[in-house]
Amino acid sequence: MLLTSALIGLAVGPCQAAVRVVATTEDLASLAREVGGDKVTVVGLAKGYQDPHFVDPKPSFILEVSRADLLIVVGRELEIGWLPPLITSSRNSKIQVGGNGYLDASANVKILEIPTGQITRAMGDVHPQGNPHYWLDPANGRRIAQTIKDKLSQLSPADRAYFDQRYADFDKRLAAAESRWDAAMAPYKGTKVVTYHRSWPNFMERFGLNVMGYVEPKPGIPPTTSHTVDLIDEMKKGAVKLIVVEPYFDLKTPQAITKQTGGEVLVLAPSVGGSKEATDYIGLFDYDVSTVVAALKRTTGK
Amino acid sequence: MQPIRLLYVCLVTAFCLTAPAVASAQDDPQALRKEVDQLKADFETLRQGYAERLAALEARLAAMPAAAPEGAQVPQAPAAAAGSSKVFNPDISVIGNFAGAAGDNPLSDQPALSLSEVEAAFQAVVDPYARADFFLSASPEGLEVEEANITFTSLPAGLLLKVGKMRAQFGKVNAMHTHILPWTDRPLVLHNLFGGDEGVSDSGASLSKLIPNRFMFLDAIGEVYLGASDVFHSEARSELNYLGRLRGYRDLTEGTNLDLGVSFAHGPSALSPGFDAQRIGMDATFRYRPLRRAIYRQLVGRAEGVWSREELVSGLQQHSSGFYGSVDYQFARRWFAGVRGDRSGRPLDDLHDSGGSLSLTFRPSEFSLIRGQYRRTHYGEDVTADELLFQLNFSIGAHGAHPF
Repeated sequence: MLLTSALIGLAVGPCQAAVRVVATTEDLASLAREVGGDKVTVVGLAKGYQDPHFVDPKPSFILEVSRADLLIVVGRELEIGWLPPLITSSRNSKIQVGGNGYLDASANVKILEIPTGQITRAMGDVHPQGNPHYWLDPANGRRIAQTIKDKLSQLSPADRAYFDQRYADFDKRLAAAESRWDAAMAPYKGTKVVTYHRSWPNFMERFGLNVMGYVEPKPGIPPTTSHTVDLIDEMKKGAVKLIVVEPYFDLKTPQAITKQTGGEVLVLAPSVGGSKEATDYIGLFDYDVSTVVAALKRTTGK
Repeated sequence: MQPIRLLYVCLVTAFCLTAPAVASAQDDPQALRKEVDQLKADFETLRQGYAERLAALEARLAAMPAAAPEGAQVPQAPAAAAGSSKVFNPDISVIGNFAGAAGDNPLSDQPALSLSEVEAAFQAVVDPYARADFFLSASPEGLEVEEANITFTSLPAGLLLKVGKMRAQFGKVNAMHTHILPWTDRPLVLHNLFGGDEGVSDSGASLSKLIPNRFMFLDAIGEVYLGASDVFHSEARSELNYLGRLRGYRDLTEGTNLDLGVSFAHGPSALSPGFDAQRIGMDATFRYRPLRRAIYRQLVGRAEGVWSREELVSGLQQHSSGFYGSVDYQFARRWFAGVRGDRSGRPLDDLHDSGGSLSLTFRPSEFSLIRGQYRRTHYGEDVTADELLFQLNFSIGAHGAHPF
């Protein structure tokens, strides 16, 4: 009897297949999990501790993309160096650009640093459609989650109410966390910091910190001696005590700078998985905010 | 509620216009009343229908994603105002390759200094079913279409079809454009046995299919070409060049992977007219790139072997083979060093060439590189050449995909 039931179960299979989601980053993957719950299976391609500009378009990624019902991308040319060959080689018509299973998460978010006027490579590796690190503002995270919720509801209309409920729950938890983060950061509003790459404009704007310089002379260009000397001068004049660095950059130059200026080099997680504590989207900000607050306490004495 | 109000006006007007005619046609007041009641009922049904549709529309509007937040800057396509022809322009890039050589080599015709190639690339999506890629190459030998093909990305059964002119998927290096090679030159074995300095690029079709399995990425490729290259040359429509390749890939760890391939090519010989030629290739690539340090460190080991069979006269066959092995290591964000060993026979005789190279590459940015290479070659004619080769590669325009 049991065997018969098992065989029938195997033959029939699961009642409804989960939507297979592939997200280019762990941040988008985390938001898809928040909204999709057990109605989706989610794979993230780039790890949170690797530079999302430089990801190898590995054939193992082709396999993931070939099976996807939904491909969620950061967009704004963040993945331009590695995603197009994966999409072309996927043999998956659903997730081709413009297809029903292709979702650019940047469609409804607040984008900063959109260049104006003439853009040339003399400006470094600029993103003509604006800074793509927009997920580092929780308000944008909410908008991304909403966009994902709408897309999942479109792909699986029977689960619309489930996705709505999951989104509402995430929204509530995020709002509560935002109050916490805002309160923790409030004493440091206006504090000047330096960052290695332009990964943090949304984060800094959201929490009221003022980025006064970058370790990179131009986006994507490694530090030069002359720029480093100028930056040290600027930091001394502005009494800047904090350099924020992504986990994939060399700490040698930032540490050499803080040796001259005093203060700290702070490695933050730019993405979910960027540190072992940042296990999901809310956890990412929990980690980054608490790390920044602890460092600002030490360096400013507030 | 405006559509409903408009509907009222239309119906009342229509009723007023038709009423006298109805009255004159039907003098019976009861029939008239019945007709008016019918009209009222029809109108009520219509009104209800429109009200429901309007409510549904309002609900859909409310469910749509919120408009861009205040302060958000969603960029417009820059050329939108200038007309659709510019919006749909392909991604365009131009890559220049400047090469230099020093030292004696009586068997090489490479000049001391030359702009060896300018490649212009035009790439875009054709329609929902395909994309197209054009690569035009200008060199001292003239202008040629290096590749021009359409790739059908939405075929059933996991198939990928490419049609046009393209680089043959034989081994690893032949499919690479000159500017993404990790050296200033192509290895001896490919130079001798598979297409000289430029490799094999021909008109034809390439069909590939992923073979599902639990263990690895497995891609089977079948290609057919006209036969207009330095290896295969067709003089009749019935003579074509056929090529097959099986590629397996597997991640060993998060930062290491192994890529293996076997290739086979058969067609009318370009070197021995009137006879067929075969090539068999095997290739292996090992990559190590720790993800946390991916922009500073990587190591790529490559090895490729080619076996060649040519028929010199009926019944007399010449078998040749060769290989190369190389290791390229990135030791700083912008610096790469490489070493390569070469050995190769020649397709039509028993002579063997061998050599080795050391290279050093500096990449100021993603869009340019400067490379120096010391190459020592011992030719079958008992000539040894020591050369210093130089390459300056630079690109402008659209950001291309990183080579893998």
